Amino acid sequence: MSKNPSPGRRKFLTASASVVGGLGVATAIAPFLSAWQPSKKALAAGSSVSVDVSKMQEGQLITVEWRSRPIWILRRNQEQLSTLSKVVELISDPNSDDSKQPSDAKNDYRSINPEFLVLEGICTHLGCVPLYRPNKDVELGADWEGGFFCPCHGSKFDLAGRVYKSVPAPTNLPIPPYKFVGENKILIGESKEA
Amino acid sequence: MSDVKNQELNSFVAWVDKRFPLLSTWQQHLSEYMAPKNFNFWYYFGSFAMLVLVIQLVSGVWLTMSYKPGSAIAFDSIQYIMRDVEWGWMIRYMHSTGASFFFLVVYLHMLRGLMYGSYRAPRELLWILGCTIYLVMMAEAFMGYLLPWGQMSFWGAQVIISLFSAVPLVGEELAVWIRGDFVISDATLNRFFALHVVALPLALVALVYVHIVALHKVGSNNPDGIEIKENKDADGKPVDGIPFHPYYTVKDLMGATAFLIVFCAVMFFAPEMFGYFLEKPNFEPANPLKTPEHIAPVWYFTPYYAMLRAVPDKLLGAIIMFAAILIFYFLPWLNRSKNKSIRYMGWMSKLSLAVFIITFIILGWLGTQPASGGYVLAAQIFTAIYFLYFLLMPWYSKWDKAKELPTRLT
Repeated sequence: MSKNPSPGRRKFLTASASVVGGLGVATAIAPFLSAWQPSKKALAAGSSVSVDVSKMQEGQLITVEWRSRPIWILRRNQEQLSTLSKVVELISDPNSDDSKQPSDAKNDYRSINPEFLVLEGICTHLGCVPLYRPNKDVELGADWEGGFFCPCHGSKFDLAGRVYKSVPAPTNLPIPPYKFVGENKILIGESKEA
Repeated sequence: MSDVKNQELNSFVAWVDKRFPLLSTWQQHLSEYMAPKNFNFWYYFGSFAMLVLVIQLVSGVWLTMSYKPGSAIAFDSIQYIMRDVEWGWMIRYMHSTGASFFFLVVYLHMLRGLMYGSYRAPRELLWILGCTIYLVMMAEAFMGYLLPWGQMSFWGAQVIISLFSAVPLVGEELAVWIRGDFVISDATLNRFFALHVVALPLALVALVYVHIVALHKVGSNNPDGIEIKENKDADGKPVDGIPFHPYYTVKDLMGATAFLIVFCAVMFFAPEMFGYFLEKPNFEPANPLKTPEHIAPVWYFTPYYAMLRAVPDKLLGAIIMFAAILIFYFLPWLNRSKNKSIRYMGWMSKLSLAVFIITFIILGWLGTQPASGGYVLAAQIFTAIYFLYFLLMPWYSKWDKAKELPTRLT
């Protein structure tokens, strides 16, 4: 036992031991927090899907799954593309300002290559999967030029996934990040901007 | 003969008592714990809540024996419990009915606190612990609801976890971190299972223990809101106190009997409670590609769900919803009235409490309705009233005319 129990020294030792111990505890928490991140398996499943579109017919719609969501790819012909300017008056967000899409697909056609439209097939209202109705249809109104119709609550979208006015869905159908690798191959899940 | 037996028993108790505070704990918390003599009907709900907690723990442990977490097998394992496991249907209905009754008795328990000012000094910490129990219970119920992996399980969790994505800057990452995937998935189900079955029940039991320790430190409030400790006899015992055991143990046992009759009636004859306790879409397995037409939470969350939807902005809606729950924590400092109990307050406090109760019920009903037109407007109005009850309290509770307090319990 020391005859001179210096309290300053003891205080310093207690404080420094607390700090080091605290750092140790904080470090030990890190793995537990990280364990909640998506696992490697989930990341692999959610990364990107590559789709060959060379065999698609004009006007054909195919559905692929990405991150458990239905992703549509539509090969639009000239006639279908020309409808987009006709319906512009009926569209609530024609320039997609309030909608979700990668920046290189934020244009009149809502696509990188106008021929291929890539969309998430989930209604922005309550998440139902809309139906592809490419033809004129009196049921959907005299001015229907083809597009997507949600059977749940009657939301309507044109052939660029743009939402019509006065339907329950608030925004255009979202476009997932995607890019072309080669002329006929689309990689869904990655975009040029990222 | 019996004297010999008694002596043996006494010496055994003495032996234990030297090594563990058995007798003193019994005395301190039961046989000599003095409770106000005027507890009424409203004082049942604390003990009912403990009873339901035990029901949930026991039925939950038994469910875990047959339930299988995992997105591919969870839904089927519930069907297995309902059809193939001996008495499995009863154990599951006990657990699902128990969840609703847990909230029912806790809401009435909280209302008792609001009426008689049980959160006022010196019981602030007791109240804060209670609010925390309520919060943990909500998390427990929310996570438990995902486990059957039905349509409402999936989409309810989808909606609520999506709320976190409204947080500025890190929102999307936060939601992915909570889910462990980009959508609600197997990873989400398994972590919710772990939290629902292990982590949160442990926290609940610990919090209930601390809640009672705090209660026995400050002593129970009562319908008159007078401290019985301020009026003691020559022996130092409160004049208006009676020992908890046998008086209130017997009262609570009687109450528990009545409670269990009601509980069993629901469990056996109306476990779905017309879609309010178990929602119909949940009899369909979760399908990430198809949303149910109308998403509503179970009844005990609907008041907050109505408030969430009342606000057109996603982030603001989430803030309002969480604020509506957290504001309970501040009650001890919002109430400035002279007396604790509503019995000795004026019309302002009585009216505002009555309006608050009605508001809470109406919001609960609105939360079950579709979010359109008039319903949303109504939800906005009642959300405002809900908050005004708390935010105006410092003023109306002070201005209100206090009545003369009696010197003894009535």
